[in-house]
Parts: sequence; C-alpha cells; structure tokens
Amino acid sequence: MNQHFSSTDLTLSPGFAAPSGDVVRIVDLKRRFGRTPAVDGVSLTVRKGEILGIIGRSGAGKSTLIRCLNGLERPDAGQIFVEGREITGLGERELQPLRRRIGMIFQHFNLLSAKTVEDNVALPLKIEGRPKAERLARAAELLDLVGLADKAKAYPASLSGGQKQRVGIARALAARPALLLSDEATSALDPETTRSILSLLKDINRKLGLTILLITHEMEVVRTIADRVAVLDAGRIIEEGAVWSVFADPQSEVTRSLLGGIRPQLPGEIAGRLARSGGEAILRVDIAGEAARLPLLQDLSAAIPGRYRLVHGGIDHIQGEPVGTLFLGVGIAAGRLAEAVEFLNARGARAEVLGHVTDDA
Amino acid sequence: MSQMMLELLLRSLWETVLMTAASGLISLVFGLPLGLALVATDRGGIAEQLWLNRILGGIVNAFRSVPFIILLVALIPLTRLIVGTSIGTWAAIVPLAIAATPYYARIAEVSLREVDRGLVEAVRAMGGGRWAIIREVLVPEALPGIVAGFTVTLVTLVGASAMAGAIGAGGLGDLAIRYGYQRFETAVMVAVVIVLIVLVSGIQWAGDRLVARLDRRA
Repeated sequence: MNQHFSSTDLTLSPGFAAPSGDVVRIVDLKRRFGRTPAVDGVSLTVRKGEILGIIGRSGAGKSTLIRCLNGLERPDAGQIFVEGREITGLGERELQPLRRRIGMIFQHFNLLSAKTVEDNVALPLKIEGRPKAERLARAAELLDLVGLADKAKAYPASLSGGQKQRVGIARALAARPALLLSDEATSALDPETTRSILSLLKDINRKLGLTILLITHEMEVVRTIADRVAVLDAGRIIEEGAVWSVFADPQSEVTRSLLGGIRPQLPGEIAGRLARSGGEAILRVDIAGEAARLPLLQDLSAAIPGRYRLVHGGIDHIQGEPVGTLFLGVGIAAGRLAEAVEFLNARGARAEVLGHVTDDA
Repeated sequence: MSQMMLELLLRSLWETVLMTAASGLISLVFGLPLGLALVATDRGGIAEQLWLNRILGGIVNAFRSVPFIILLVALIPLTRLIVGTSIGTWAAIVPLAIAATPYYARIAEVSLREVDRGLVEAVRAMGGGRWAIIREVLVPEALPGIVAGFTVTLVTLVGASAMAGAIGAGGLGDLAIRYGYQRFETAVMVAVVIVLIVLVSGIQWAGDRLVARLDRRA
C-alpha cells in the first residue's frame, strides 16, 4: 500500500522546498468575519506522518483554520505552505490540483445520496479524469481497507453513521493524498462508533504513513489517536505539545476545562464538604512520566508515617506515557502536611492540599 | 356520441399531447439551465455574479407576470418568425414553451437550492470545479425534485394549452369550449373532462413513479 503515497506525482517548486518532514506550515494566519477574528495569528506545523489534533470549544476558529488549508476558506493574511508550496493567493483553478493532495472527511459525512458507495469513493478519481476501470479497482481496494467491501453497490442512505464515515474515509483516500483533514469526523457518532472510526484512522496513519490533521472539541478523540495537540481559543493557539505532556501539565484554563471531562475530578460530595481544617487532609497529586513509575505512596508513608488513603483517581496511559491524578486522604500531624507536599513535589509529582474533611467514612 | 365526435376527440387529444410534450420538452431544455444559472450566480453560489442574477431573475419574473392569454397574442410576430404561421398547433407551441420555461426554471431553482451545501463543499475539497459540482452534485442530488417539478409543469401546460384554442391550435380545451360550451353538447364536455382527468392523472402517476425510483435519500 505504501507505494501509493510516494511523492512522485507531487509538484514541488524547487525554490520553496520545505524542510523535509513538514507537510503543512502555517505562518501567522489571520481570517476575520466582519469585525470578529475567527483565526487570529496562528502559526503551526504539521509534520509528515503525524496525527495532529487541534482542539477548541465551538467558535474557537477550528473549522475556519482547517478550511484555509485546502482553500475552501481564504485567509486575510499570513501564509500556508502545503508540501512546501505556498497556497495562499492561488486562484480556484490552481487550487484544484492541490486539493487532490489533501483528503477531507466531515462531521456529517457529505456523501452523495444519488451515488452508490463505490461511486462515492471513486468520485475524486472521476474528477481527476481517471479511466473507469481504474476508478472502480481503487474503490474496491479502499472499501476493503475500511471493511465495507460488501456495501459497494449500496446507497449511502442504507448505511449507519459509522459506515457512512468509513465511506467518507475511503473517498478521502481515493486520490492518494499526502494529508487527511478531519473536520469533527466523529462528533455525530456514538462513543462506540467513534472508537472504531478513530482506530481505523490510526490504522491508516500507521499502515500508509498518512499525515492526519484533525479538529475536534472532544479531548477523548485527541487522547485516543493524536501524537501532538494544539489548543485553539479565540482564534489563537494557546498551548501546543505532545498529547501526554499537555494532558499531564495543562498550562491554560481553557485546556484544563477541555480536559475536565476525562481527567479524574474530586467527587462532588467530598468537594462539598471541604473545610479549612479537619481530621483528614485531601491532597490532589498529579503525576506523569517518571514520577508515575516510582513507588511514590510507599516512599511517602515510609518517610512520613501516617494514614494514607486513596480517595479517588487513576492513571491513564497516553502514547505509552503514564499520566494520572490521585486524590489522597491524608491523616498526619497538621505540621507535617507541608512536608508531605514537598516530598511529593521533589519526586516530580505536583501535589496540592485541597482542604480538609472530617468523618469521611 | 357520434363517430365524428369520437374522431374529433381523438384528434384534440393528440393536439393537446403534442402541444404539452413539445413545449414541455423545450421548457426542460431551457428552463433547467436557467434554473441552474439562477442558483449558481446568486450570493454564495458556485459562479456568483449578482448583476447577472438580478437580470435573469428580472426576465423570469417579467415573463411570469404576463397572463398567458396576453403572451399568446403578444408573441404572434415571434411565432410567425419561428414557425412561419401564427395559427395552428405548432404556432401555439412557441408561446406555451416561452411561458413554461421561466415557470419551470423557478421550480428547478427551488430543488437545486435545497441541495446540501456540504455536498458542494465536499466536491470542491476533492478538487472539483464548477462543472463537476453541477454534473456530480447539483443535478443528480436535485433530480427527484427536478422530475417532480417537470411533472407539475406538464400538468400546467395541459391546462394552458386549452387557451391556445384562441389562435386555432385545437386541443381538448378548444373542443370543450366550441362544442361543449358554445353548442351546449354536454356529452362532449363530460367526455373532454374525463379525458383530461385521465391524461393529467397519467402524467402525475408516471412522474411520481419516476421520482420514487430516482430518490435514494431514504
């Protein structure tokens, strides 16, 4: 399969050859609608073979940003290089061959209802002017890849949401793109279908070495398949990095709130009883990477004897890195609490005292 | 009803069918592209040209405002130019087609406008130009509505063709007026109405069947 994604048919103008490894380079991109900036100075690089997730709340400018990459949306300022070639300023006709290098999948699938599944998948090749036999052979190959070989002659209306998105993915791959754009591709799907679509995308990324840029408002999507994540808020990238490190140590309030749903939170009934003092201190301990591999609790209780109790929390593995949050109930002399926090922090964890509770059974 | 009457009825039916079919076909050939042009040149369309859109819209509205019976007479010079005569069945086809084209263009426009913009965007994203959008998205996706609208146009033409009797075009409407109404031959009137009901029902039934076959949306 790999030879389909060779770069033989891509036209790089020699003067603009990108540093190898970057499929997309965005420099200070701006786009406003009326007086409201939708994208407000974004600079971003998508590396070859990676899955980059752009996450943000609705209205953060995600859709505008991703649509600038294939020229569906025209930026007001800034530059976009796709495979080293600047696309800003290109006319509609010059953009057309370039768009064939970029596949796109959509939240609402956007399959043509009047065409069969195989004709939908073959459409990019028809537009390219490829002969029919080649189109159908490629469609069959791709439907096989997405596990829908038996639906070739069916019409989209008879498919489930997950199947429709698989067709959408097959169609996006038909012209052997260098980049796949995913515009909230799982937002209309139930959690189970979402997982199967995400694992298909991950699979394609691994097998074909396809670079994927996805936008989403769901951290879960980023957590499941992205290598890197960029957090977009009010048209600006406020945080960017490897997924596990952003999860382990979110820098901004927006990121923390987006993470809120999938990171352990102190159960409300305990949070409601927190007081300034009391029998048991509640500690929040964030651990990631090296710190999560240490026998931290054992060491702590050996150093500062007391009653340590796990109240809530867990450790997740993101890109093979442990990332977790633990809530501890700590029964030690009030004077030694600060010492315990210091002990944990010295070992790479981030601990903080949230408050005290009494009579927690 | 006499043998002569029966023959007259059959001939009138043929004239009505001929007028409806010929002018219907012409309105399809010109009305569909006109409907496409109205959608494409409008704001946010695939070939946005607002001034052209206004001109086309104005022309369509102007023709649709003129009562058909007036159009029939007003177009006599044009009819003579095209057909060579201003009376008879073929002469009626010119004004019928000219009235039906903007009518059908508006109906087609409505169907084309209802095509999901996301589909247009998907084809643009895969590198498709205007022609690809028209050929692969707009027309196929709107086809059920385009066919249903054409059915409506044909039925309307059956009705309008009755007026074409005024310029000696014949047809069922003309028969009903001259024999059924002016000569008080109730049997002829009833017969004509029954034939018209069967004709209109037949057109509608065929149109509905075709739409059901074309519609893959559910």
